[in-house]
Amino acid sequence: MSLAVTPGDVAPVLVELGFVVLVLAGLARLADRTGFSPIPFYLVAGLVVGGGGVIGLDLGDDAVAVGSEVGVVLLLLTLGLEYTAEELRSNLRVGLPAGLVDLVANAVPGAVVALVLGWSATAAVLLGGVTYISSSGVISKVLADLDRLGNRETPSVLSILVMEDLAMAVYLPVLAVLLAGGSLVAGLVSVAVALAAVTVILFVALRHGATISRALLSRSDEALLLGVLGLTLVVAGVAAQLQVSAAVGAFLVGIALGGPAQERASLLVRPLRDLFAAAFFFFFGLQIRPSDLVPALGAALALAVLTALTKVATGWWAAGRIGIARPGRLRAGTALVARGEFSIVIAGLGVAAGIEAELGPVAAAYVLLLAVTGPLVTRWSDHLAAALPGAPRRPRTPGKT
Amino acid sequence: MAEVAETQLPGVGVRYDFVTTDGDRIGVLVHRTGRRELLLYDDDDPDACGSVVRLDADDTHTLAELLGATQVSERLAELQQDIEGLTIDWLPVAATSACSGATLREAALRSSTGVSIVAVVRGTETIPAPGGDFQLLPGDTAVAVGTPEGIKELFGLLQSGARTGP
Repeated sequence: MSLAVTPGDVAPVLVELGFVVLVLAGLARLADRTGFSPIPFYLVAGLVVGGGGVIGLDLGDDAVAVGSEVGVVLLLLTLGLEYTAEELRSNLRVGLPAGLVDLVANAVPGAVVALVLGWSATAAVLLGGVTYISSSGVISKVLADLDRLGNRETPSVLSILVMEDLAMAVYLPVLAVLLAGGSLVAGLVSVAVALAAVTVILFVALRHGATISRALLSRSDEALLLGVLGLTLVVAGVAAQLQVSAAVGAFLVGIALGGPAQERASLLVRPLRDLFAAAFFFFFGLQIRPSDLVPALGAALALAVLTALTKVATGWWAAGRIGIARPGRLRAGTALVARGEFSIVIAGLGVAAGIEAELGPVAAAYVLLLAVTGPLVTRWSDHLAAALPGAPRRPRTPGKT
Repeated sequence: MAEVAETQLPGVGVRYDFVTTDGDRIGVLVHRTGRRELLLYDDDDPDACGSVVRLDADDTHTLAELLGATQVSERLAELQQDIEGLTIDWLPVAATSACSGATLREAALRSSTGVSIVAVVRGTETIPAPGGDFQLLPGDTAVAVGTPEGIKELFGLLQSGARTGP
């Protein structure tokens, strides 16, 4: 569909889009009621509505696709806005060992399973990314809901999330080059160019972030929102042109902003992010035939169990390093199990590039499993700790969790 | 005072906590939004919060006032004892006063009344601890500390210049 829509065309598009948004609104309400992340609900809605689904709605227009691209950009922008440059810098020093353990323990199983399934090396890198990255959105909500932000094991959890987000700044550009294909030498050159570009942007962001923030800051919320959004889209677009990936461009803009501009922008962008991210998850679901999900279920389940255990081990180890006792170590480990938005972002890049037909269904089933069970497991982690062999204490009485 | 540990929570805010004399760990989580949470750690599992109380800006003020109230009144009582028998007053300098236009040294107010001028308010400006060369001008307000009798005497001097006392 071109942008020059004749008036006759616009009516059905609006009605169709309106219905989709209404369905998503209902699901968001349901998610809120049940205390789950809305991500799996949106995915299922896309699956049900999409081609080959129960309803088979034909949304074969670009509106949702462009919306979902913007969704990825905004997801990464808000992620960058979460942290100040100073927090990233100090965390890099302290959190590096735990970050490396997290990377090895959780990316390797995904990559190995992909190779066992007979996928290409690029698809293995993709699946490794899907299993590596925890959902900071789901996890921070769960920690707040369970009143665990003040717990003494929580800094180790947050530190791992920060390291994962920093790793994305390196991983996504490398992935962009891999997806573009080409010879090994050309690929290495492109990776070098991409990483150099990231380094330059990061340097500018850390050095001149305050200047950019001051320039964007305005008394008017409207001016600030449009300024931040415009800058983000331009940087994301230029980054995509340089094959650094649009998402990383947006992430770096988020990091560059600081001070009052950062705090207000993160509040202002949030509703927009929610809208476009919903479009993104929905669109990802649309692209998958539910019938493909069934054969993918075995691999997804195996992967989910395996990488849930490796995440628990990662959190257990990281919390142990800062002197946390067994129940807290288990809380930290189970909190990290949830995968969500960024696993879908990574899988979405692979699906868009047409890398591996099974990747989409496996990633969708995998995220559906872990986005739902992750928060449940960590909710019951104190009971699990009491049931562990050698648990020193009786289980905590219900109602005192 | 107990040693307060400060922990940065990236993306969330800062956590402060300490162990009370009784051995309980309590803390405050200051969110970046300014919201605060009062953290009471669990006895059985000292890494976890047994209960968390969310406080908005108003609640924080109320709680701080309740906890600080007794201390503030104790301090006030001490302060009052220190200055028992002394009065502080704000005295205007009239144009008719013999002191107006004179330096503090020339006026020799302290030696005659025993009252110290600790500050002078001139227009919107306050001059703390004026020296001997400081010149009093009509319209100034002298902030004076001394005995009630001395203050009364000084008030007369700054109005007319005529001594009321011996």
